[in-house]
Amino acid sequence: MKRFAALFAAVDQTTKTNAKVAALADYFREAPEADKLWTLALFTGRRPRRTITAGRLRDWAAEAAGLPLWLFEDSYAVVGDLAETISLILPPPTRSSDESLSFWIAEIGRLSKQDEPARKAGILDAWDRLAPAERLLFTKLLTGGFRVGVSARLVTRALAQASDVPEAELQHRLMGSWTPANTSWKGLIEAPDPTADASRPYPFYLAYQLDDPGDLGDPADWFAERKWDGIRGQLILRGGDHYLWSRGEDLMTDRFPELAELTDRLPPGTVIDGEVLAWDGDAPLPFARLQPRIGRKTVPKKLLAEAPVILMAYDLLEEGGADIREVPFQERRARLARLVETLPPGAPMRLSPGVDFSDLDMLVEERAASRDLGAEGLMLKRRASPYLSGRKRGDWWKWKVDPLTIDAVMVYAQAGSGRRANLFTDFTFAVSDGDEFVPFTKAYSGLTDAEFRQITAWVRRNTLQRFGPVRQVPPTQVFEIAFEGIQASPRHKSGVALRFPRMLRWRKDKPVGEIDTLEHLKEMLAAYG
Amino acid sequence: MGVLSFTDRGIWCEAGGFYIDPWRPVAKALVTHGHSDHARWGMDAYLSTDIAAPVIRQRLGEDIRLDTIRYGEVRRIGEADVSFHPAGHVPGSAQIRIEVQGEVWVVSGDYKVVPDGLSDPFEPVSCHAFVSECTFGLPVFRWTPQDELKRQIDGWWAANRAAGRVSMLGAYALGKAQRLLAMVDPAGPILTHGAVENVNETLRAQGIALPDTIRVTPETNVKDYSGALVIATPSALGTPWARRFGTVSSAFASGWMALRGVRRRRAADRGFVVSDHADWDGLNAAIRETGAERVFVTHGYTSSFRRWLEGEGYDAGIVATEWEGDEAAEDAGVEEAS
Repeated sequence: MKRFAALFAAVDQTTKTNAKVAALADYFREAPEADKLWTLALFTGRRPRRTITAGRLRDWAAEAAGLPLWLFEDSYAVVGDLAETISLILPPPTRSSDESLSFWIAEIGRLSKQDEPARKAGILDAWDRLAPAERLLFTKLLTGGFRVGVSARLVTRALAQASDVPEAELQHRLMGSWTPANTSWKGLIEAPDPTADASRPYPFYLAYQLDDPGDLGDPADWFAERKWDGIRGQLILRGGDHYLWSRGEDLMTDRFPELAELTDRLPPGTVIDGEVLAWDGDAPLPFARLQPRIGRKTVPKKLLAEAPVILMAYDLLEEGGADIREVPFQERRARLARLVETLPPGAPMRLSPGVDFSDLDMLVEERAASRDLGAEGLMLKRRASPYLSGRKRGDWWKWKVDPLTIDAVMVYAQAGSGRRANLFTDFTFAVSDGDEFVPFTKAYSGLTDAEFRQITAWVRRNTLQRFGPVRQVPPTQVFEIAFEGIQASPRHKSGVALRFPRMLRWRKDKPVGEIDTLEHLKEMLAAYG
Repeated sequence: MGVLSFTDRGIWCEAGGFYIDPWRPVAKALVTHGHSDHARWGMDAYLSTDIAAPVIRQRLGEDIRLDTIRYGEVRRIGEADVSFHPAGHVPGSAQIRIEVQGEVWVVSGDYKVVPDGLSDPFEPVSCHAFVSECTFGLPVFRWTPQDELKRQIDGWWAANRAAGRVSMLGAYALGKAQRLLAMVDPAGPILTHGAVENVNETLRAQGIALPDTIRVTPETNVKDYSGALVIATPSALGTPWARRFGTVSSAFASGWMALRGVRRRRAADRGFVVSDHADWDGLNAAIRETGAERVFVTHGYTSSFRRWLEGEGYDAGIVATEWEGDEAAEDAGVEEAS
């Protein structure tokens, strides 16, 4: 655990990419294989199953520290991370341990099979043997949340340096459903056949936002389609089975059982990139209708009937079992179109329609029509482009519509947690309704660090009342709030709920008398809800 | 009515006719120490320790009416007996003891209980009522022991020096910077930001020993100092002033560095957990040692800490002040007054 803790400290503490990669590469050269495999799993978002509830861990940690549970909770609210809170409040360890990362993971597995008193004794014993930095990591393994300040991309780069396997190939090998339990270091990194795992997806190609369409050059080089507002997914049909992966590498197959029929209608060895959309027969339903289906592992019949889904197909990555990502986009799309043509009407897949345009002005008009069509904007793809991995500039662009905005006044402020522990960052905003202010949304992001510091100093000096951690402030600070969608919500006093609200601008120039009204908000609901 | 009452101008002593660390202009202000949220402009007359006075004059101007008092010296002001006692926060910082007709109240100012090798160490003062800061009044805040801290900072500096890199350490200009100076490997060279060096000069002039430092000026040729330690104000890191040193290893020294999230937000290469405020254990020990039955807590995690004290059997209340705690202000980027 000491070696892993040292690695974690090295990548967590520095802000320099090269230093992070160097520390990881050293680790991948030197650590034992079992530890390396686990490290790779943890740093690419795979973690051991959560075996002990957070509630139990809180109770045991508070008890071991001799603190009342409410004080543990207050501390947690500031720290923002359960494992870190536990590692900070526990008394210093009285012993030490030289055991490895994989030893402790095995230990967690062993404890998970025992009864509660034995688990508790085992956890308390471990806490007492691990130095604070190791204790944090051990507890993170227990709580299941394991986010580090290093991207999968940097991990792959470091691994490429340490293993001499090219980065792009590693990226593909590391996709999919492997775990340290079902694979080995050799099988994962060094084995000859990266498609041995039938469910393994290709890395998604992601686009940057287009700032200036003038940068595109000759319009004839470009293909345009709608940027649909659903869940990006990769459908894999191999060996008679199908798998649906999200961009975040979640396997979502069982959440969208409608797509199962495609295994009978399309040939095996087919991989399609597309967008899962709730669909009413010939148009997409608002994202809000799809939302209830995202969190569910199994879907009740009622929900299936209310929000049936389709896959809006964007691209073809594998055909007849062959990886065709190097084939130009135009050709891939033609082959995709031929596949989709074989489907009967009513099949849960459609070809994403192209948007015709001959010059930029037409494109600007098409983009402006997005919201009415239930789309987020346009996607622009160079006709000759290969399907790349990850977010890359140049060949693919997303060109989203401008967000909806409303001017509102801050009425409550609350301190953040974790990264923002001592800053006021969580604000409630109100619109006016006659002489009253009606709160309608919270927002947490969009300001620069300097602005957050400035508003924090202002909140400290202008607190009217405290309600626990929440401070009421005078309604004088006006902000322009941007959001992507609006829907009716009986749970909110204002009657609306916003999608992705954030602070676009601090309008220091604007007096509170000029903020938007509740009536205006309701008009927006009628127009876009 | 107690010895002290809490007003919107500051803590008021009716019997003595003075305020303690007031934040609005008043006739007579007793000042615990020179940090800008405690020693403010606009008072007709000030009283501070003799050790704190030079920095207060430097910050508020030579023309203020400032009277001084030694630690432990008892002075009769109106109907109150007043004395100042070491708070261990920064050089010259004091707790203020006020006795009126046998009832004793103590206002802690900012304090820490562990000796820092620079300030007069914190002295527990018995009292009936204690007004305590609690900037870090949660059990997640526990400071690294000073010898371990020295090992960490010297180790970081040595590794950077070996790599030919400058080590840039962000620390509060009054107190923290000098505490670090007094602690680190005296081999040098140590460069300082102007705001830090101004305080250094004032402290040296009153006889406080600090290692040799070199003030960074526009003329400083940074190439002459590869491997040096630069002590700067936290707000200077990441500015053009800091960028002239090229690729540096950056670090902050602050109690907030105990939290990984804050450490990551500040985006430095290292965070050293060091504060001139008491940590959780320090606050509890200090309060216990006063023997006070009534405790008023100010700036920091007041509601949690008050509730904790109540559970421990104290009669505890919260006092709203405009003291921010220099480290809270520091982290929020509120600039030093000088």
